[in-house]
Amino acid sequence: MSTTITADGGHGHAHDHHDADHKPGFFARWFLSTNHKDIGTLYLIFAITAGVIGGAISGLMRAELAQPGIQYLHLWAQWSDGPTATLDQAYHLWNVLITAHGLIMVFFMVMPAIIGGFGNWFVPIMIGAPDMAFPRMNNVSFWLLIPAFLLLLGSSFVPGGTGNGAGTGWTVYAPLSTSGSAGPAVDLAILSLHIAGAGSILGAVNFITTIFNMRAPGMTLHKMPLFVWSVLVTAFLLLLALPVLAAAITMLLTDRNFGTTFYDAAGGGDPELYQHLFWFFGHPEVYIMILPGFGIVSQIISTFSRKPVFGYLGMAYAMVAIGVVGFVVWAHHMFTTGMTVNVKMYFTAATMVIAVPTGVKIFSWIATMWGGSISFKTPMVWALGFVFLFTVGGVTGVVLANGGVDDNMHDTYYVVAHFHYVLSLGAVFSLFAGFYYWFPKMSGRMYSEFLGQLHFWVFFIGVNLLFFPMHFLGLSGMPRRIPDYPQAYAYWNGIASHGYEIMAVGVLIFFINIIWAFAAGKKAGDNPWGEGATTLEWTLSSPPPYHQFETLPVID
Amino acid sequence: MKHGRTAKIALAVAFLMFGVGFASVPLYRMFCQATGFGGTTMRGSESELAAIAAGGRAGTGRQLSIRFDSNIAQGMPWEFKPEQRIETVRVGQKQMAIFIARNLSDKPVTGRATFNVTPDQSGAYFAKIQCFCFTEQTLQPGQEVRMPVLYYIDPKILDDQDNKDVQEITLSYTFYPVEKDGNQG
Repeated sequence: MSTTITADGGHGHAHDHHDADHKPGFFARWFLSTNHKDIGTLYLIFAITAGVIGGAISGLMRAELAQPGIQYLHLWAQWSDGPTATLDQAYHLWNVLITAHGLIMVFFMVMPAIIGGFGNWFVPIMIGAPDMAFPRMNNVSFWLLIPAFLLLLGSSFVPGGTGNGAGTGWTVYAPLSTSGSAGPAVDLAILSLHIAGAGSILGAVNFITTIFNMRAPGMTLHKMPLFVWSVLVTAFLLLLALPVLAAAITMLLTDRNFGTTFYDAAGGGDPELYQHLFWFFGHPEVYIMILPGFGIVSQIISTFSRKPVFGYLGMAYAMVAIGVVGFVVWAHHMFTTGMTVNVKMYFTAATMVIAVPTGVKIFSWIATMWGGSISFKTPMVWALGFVFLFTVGGVTGVVLANGGVDDNMHDTYYVVAHFHYVLSLGAVFSLFAGFYYWFPKMSGRMYSEFLGQLHFWVFFIGVNLLFFPMHFLGLSGMPRRIPDYPQAYAYWNGIASHGYEIMAVGVLIFFINIIWAFAAGKKAGDNPWGEGATTLEWTLSSPPPYHQFETLPVID
Repeated sequence: MKHGRTAKIALAVAFLMFGVGFASVPLYRMFCQATGFGGTTMRGSESELAAIAAGGRAGTGRQLSIRFDSNIAQGMPWEFKPEQRIETVRVGQKQMAIFIARNLSDKPVTGRATFNVTPDQSGAYFAKIQCFCFTEQTLQPGQEVRMPVLYYIDPKILDDQDNKDVQEITLSYTFYPVEKDGNQG
């Protein structure tokens, strides 16, 4: 690829001098931002903040689960519901914690970081565009997240049935979320999802328009970097799935407040319909969270193996295939609602079909490394960690895809282990990989390689100690979503809680590394990763000029 | 402009999917009624019953027990029970079951019943000719009514692999109060 760069990296010029690196004042730059890189930065800061909150909530849960019996929950309920809090209110608080953890991590950590953060930062640069197609709509997308997050956090201070807060689980199943949750908490949570969803849909429209219309001369669809492909597929999934969730939870709202009976058998409705609608959204949603991670990992493995990615077209269309098939497998989340054998067989088989394009991706990553000149820099070890852990989660996914097996495993810790291996380990490892890969580009500073490696190993050991024992707990029948359990489950729960402590140390190292980079990190060159890094962002300065590509690059 | 056109198409897709979300309510109902999904019963008729008899399939095959289950929603001051808990039937023959409801309170109460059969896969073969499903019933204080259900089991159940182990089908009714002025249900 050959490119023409016109940035001069100048600072402090007069206002009438419109050079590429002229930046507006602080308020205009960060609050009225229309610059894709600044909005990307805002998304990343937001996601890290939300991730700390969501992660702290899981810390509360692991503390309570470290031993059988109720240790802390009753005490916390007294802070939340007043000194007269009953045990039932303590149990409700538990439901509030699992709900908040799930919703925050899905809608306010992974999605903002991987789509809003890295997508905004690098999709325009990678296709050689000066900015997103609709910069002001981009700003709206980000700022819709803030009220959505505040509504969700605020919901924990108002009544939601037995106690304060929405205790419905992230799935918000009726009738628990309708007749089972009196009070405004669930209404606030639903409204929060509406607003966050609206922002995501606008973002998806923006990405689709940008990728279809603003590619630099010569950048055909089949020359786009795989990360751009992954965001394109993700944007389509958002566009098709999120409106269905919006419709489903709108009907929840009217059932709750206006006497409709969409999900109420008393009026001829059916609560199972809500599950169908939710999972028609919910299953594509899990690919929305992981596909951009696939894209990031493809860029990194190619960069640090100094080889073009193996089977480029297969990799791109494997993501398309995963996205398409992802829409017709939803009822594998509902195997225990009562289905005939034939329906179960269909959803089992369709789900297993997804393992094929996923296998194409895993083996292509391995083939990319095969014979490559691999350097095990921090982003690369995170990407390798991703491939390993995502495969583990994928294998347990194939186990759970069996309708007959799932009758036994449904709602046990085996399911918790499975989706944390693909999300908490898969998606999060791809996020850290991407963060270390692009941090020098975004900030212009190098982080400490030692701290990056240390972060990886501590985090890797921590999360495996945390989540692997959950397979054993699930196989021996421990149900999910409970704060207390019989003595038989104590051993592995104790180990899991220690795993959380180790993981938390890893996160601490991450923050120390960021501080170290800004305080003492070396200046990053245009391309710190060498000849393997071939995408357009590495042709720009680090950080890139405020407006890049005033003259569009031409791709051969 | 090119951008505007792409964005408009994308937004139209989003609105379409929003509409599909709501359209799924009637679509789901039609799907259940057409396939018996989730234990939805079928609507039968005397003429179909006559056709079954003419085809020589009435009364053939194994015997099935039909169990009748009756429930009332919480706080509904009615007594509601079947006259007979279990009936033994053969396929393709018209059967009648009687449910008895009595208002135990001193006010008129209006109720409405929903129904379902278990196991789910038998719904497609449970044909009702006449029943009290979804019609509102108002009972005066102390009033008792006998509500008949006319039904038959479609002989095609004998050919269905999914139903070959089914020995017993449960027909379940639940009465819910209908919210009305002066209705304390």
